[in-house]
Amino acid sequence: MNTVDLAQTGVRELNAQLQGLKEDTNERLWQVLNPKGAHAIAAGLMVPIEVHIEGHPGYYCAGMNKNATIIVNGHCGNGVAENMMSGVVRIKGNASAAAGATGRGGLLVIEGDAGLRCGISMKGIDIVVGGTVGHMSAFMAQSGALAVCGDAGSSLGDSIYEARLYVQGKIESLGSDCVEKEMTTHHVNKLAKLLERAQIRADARKFRRYGSARRLYNFHVDNVDAY
Amino acid sequence: MCGIVGLYLKNPAMRDRLGHHLEHMLIGMTERGPDSAGIAVYHRPVGKDRGKLTLFHPETNYHWREIGGALSEALHGEVDIEVKGNHAVMTIAGSTEDARTWLKANHPEVRIMGYGRVMEVYKDMGLPADVARRYDLAHMEGTHAIGHTRMATESAVTTEHSHPFTADNDMCLVHNGSLSNHNNLRKWLRKQGHEFETDNDSEVAARYFAHRLAEGASLEEALRAGLKDLDGFYTFTMGTRGGFAVLRDEFACKPAVLAETDDWVAMASEYRSIAGLPGADDAKVWEPAPAVVYTWEVAEAA
Amino acid sequence: MTGSFPPGHTPPRRSATFDEYAIAEIHRAAATGIYDIRGFGAKRKVPHFDDLLFLGASVSRYPLEGYREKCATDVLLGTRFAKKPIQLKIPVTIAGMSFGALSGAAKEALGRGATAAGTSTTTGDGGMTEEERKASHILVYQLLPSRYGMNPDDLRRCDAIEVVVGQGAKPGGGGMLLGQKITERVAGMRNLPVGIDQRSACRHPDWTGPDDLTIKIQELREITGWEKPIYVKVGATRPYFDVALAVKAGADVVVLDGMQGGTAATQEVFIEHVGLPTLAAIRPAVQALQDLDMHRKVQLIVSGGIRNGADVAKVLALGADAVAIGTAALIALGDNDPKLDEEYRKIGSAAGCYDDWHEGRDPAGITTQDPELSKRLDPVKAAKRLQNYLAVLTMETQIIARACGKSHVLNLEPEDLVALTVEAAAMAGVPLAGTNWIPGRM
Repeated sequence: MNTVDLAQTGVRELNAQLQGLKEDTNERLWQVLNPKGAHAIAAGLMVPIEVHIEGHPGYYCAGMNKNATIIVNGHCGNGVAENMMSGVVRIKGNASAAAGATGRGGLLVIEGDAGLRCGISMKGIDIVVGGTVGHMSAFMAQSGALAVCGDAGSSLGDSIYEARLYVQGKIESLGSDCVEKEMTTHHVNKLAKLLERAQIRADARKFRRYGSARRLYNFHVDNVDAY
Repeated sequence: MCGIVGLYLKNPAMRDRLGHHLEHMLIGMTERGPDSAGIAVYHRPVGKDRGKLTLFHPETNYHWREIGGALSEALHGEVDIEVKGNHAVMTIAGSTEDARTWLKANHPEVRIMGYGRVMEVYKDMGLPADVARRYDLAHMEGTHAIGHTRMATESAVTTEHSHPFTADNDMCLVHNGSLSNHNNLRKWLRKQGHEFETDNDSEVAARYFAHRLAEGASLEEALRAGLKDLDGFYTFTMGTRGGFAVLRDEFACKPAVLAETDDWVAMASEYRSIAGLPGADDAKVWEPAPAVVYTWEVAEAA
Repeated sequence: MTGSFPPGHTPPRRSATFDEYAIAEIHRAAATGIYDIRGFGAKRKVPHFDDLLFLGASVSRYPLEGYREKCATDVLLGTRFAKKPIQLKIPVTIAGMSFGALSGAAKEALGRGATAAGTSTTTGDGGMTEEERKASHILVYQLLPSRYGMNPDDLRRCDAIEVVVGQGAKPGGGGMLLGQKITERVAGMRNLPVGIDQRSACRHPDWTGPDDLTIKIQELREITGWEKPIYVKVGATRPYFDVALAVKAGADVVVLDGMQGGTAATQEVFIEHVGLPTLAAIRPAVQALQDLDMHRKVQLIVSGGIRNGADVAKVLALGADAVAIGTAALIALGDNDPKLDEEYRKIGSAAGCYDDWHEGRDPAGITTQDPELSKRLDPVKAAKRLQNYLAVLTMETQIIARACGKSHVLNLEPEDLVALTVEAAAMAGVPLAGTNWIPGRM
């Protein structure tokens, strides 16, 4: 295992090392110490290595991740795994705002709570949250799945497109054009598989499903209040 | 735009290191605000029949002693003066109101940065590390402090526009964000009798809250009124005699992190300012929810 | 008119307030219940570069010979932080326009033409297409609020990154691409259902404000190894402060787009009533750079209604490093060609007026996704037209610069200009012609 201590090394050096690894590298396991709120730690990774971050990184940790597995043993700042393409990012603690923003693939697991705008504009990423999600989560969510074991804040799924939301806890309010949908066996099975992949223990049958009412898909003056 | 920080020390044993910790928090916010920095420190309370004012003049070695002498005569009481950088802390007998009136009439060129019985306010141009050094922040003790680092937006880069903005005794405000209706609010507050020193939106917010408090609102009520009347994006941290308060608007696009241990409560725009505090690794760390008032008060307020 | 009416009648008279456009618009709003959406930039008359003139040569200022005394036009962008700044042969770039708003053929034509002229093109609100990356030798990749198609691979294979805060036609607005243009290919690239009305966000999803933009720019640099210049694009609103903040946030280049700047589709009220004319935005922007001692260190690209070499030269004289063209580039490709007038009339417009780019029925095959219409645009022929136009822009700029005694177009200065109107003089900060008077400054 390679250990990099950010108290001695800069984030640039760390990222350059990690980004420089080849697909067939045998340096597959990395540990990062003393993140202390630094930004863009392990951003832009490209190969299937495993990176453990001990502590609390700042913004954009694991930004635009491809193929790598990144585990944060702490809380993270805004935009964790933003625009992720593939791979797995796991936050043991809480995530700040815009977790998984515009993510296009891969799996983001937040074992604690996620802040505001979790999954904003998601484009295919799967996000599983063990705790709660904040206000405006899944705003303009295009595709992918967001599963929340705890409660969801106000305006959940506002202006949602085709992403699927599963919530076990209470929802403060639903956003524009987001409605509850039927939770069939098919959906229960899909969710169960997602929870399993995320290694989050929860009973898929206890979740409810939410998605787009599709009334905003083609403008009609009678829906003008929704804008 | 800016970075804001706040630190309140629950554990009295830590209070002689208040400035040391705040300095590091402030420096953590340098990239968010390289142009100027400001701090409000709550320490060295004076008795109920006395007051403290922090004054500023851009000329170093301004004739503070003379001014202090004249003020002493006018107020019929002793005035103690401590000079730090471009600031002078004057401790007086009597109300700060009389002192302020006299200063405005006789020395309008002197800026009153803060007043009350506990609070001292230092604001200056330059990198946070430089400002901290100039005012020897590292050696200041106290119960609580708030700070601000500035990247200038719509107002020019001078000390006038730096935060914290003081609007009442022992009360000041730092702000990260941008208000959108501050011009109309300023006109309204002027009609209510408030005077403004700048065209800065944060000054409007500070005087707005002071107005609500003066009307009799509690700290919570004043801040909640702000949620209705102030339009725009903001994270506010307000310093008060007893502690500090944090408020985010309902969209909460501007960041805020809170952290708490048995020894302290800290607030910052980014976690990296909190990361260096003793015990930070095990602190409870969370984000203040939008449109919710958070307050902490020191038990043994002066 | 007069004399053909019965006695006692006056000729019909239009109201200046309720003119034919105002009346037609009220009728349209009443009929549909939806705001008017169109493409193009602001169409109403505002102070623009035609209100400025160059002084040229005189007894005290000597010109350069037109063909053998060199007047250089090269520009280097992104010198502040990037390891690989961008070298352009000419001070004219192609502004961001999306695949989706434009046909694939149009994007290819822009890429080919720009490459032949030695300059860059810019992606738009839909991501990078293979055609454009192949055709365009220098490609600027936009990071927009929507993040359609955004991915680190394209980020790494672009030549510069442009963080779009806003654009001149709609500073503070999101875009709307109506159903007809979300074809299968566009839908696939943007991850949207086919045929829907697409709503675009007006703010970025993961940052708001220059303090957080600073951190976002650093992340982009981390992902791309600090190689590429990072541009920040703003619509013209508070240019002095926006440029200052973009510089403080770490931008290598600032792109400033005035209200005449085009859009694929947005609300008419936005286009005509929000944002400054390009002319008014430039001096404050340059002043901000000068006050921060960053003029020529952080480069300024100006767009919004640039039509000819005179406009280019005037923008450079006011202190910018380059211009970007969007609408003009499309016109060069063939947009609004008079030969197509009959077809424009069939769809309710006319040659020279066509701005319903959002409808996707463009007979010129440029602002459409319809495969039959797109076929009408031959990318190779269209590219040649663009190349020709860019050559003329450059030569015209040089002609003017030489007349002002400059051996490099970037040596043009505000003192080479005068204004024809009080407004233009005040906005551009140059004297009213024949006087020393700059309104508001002296």
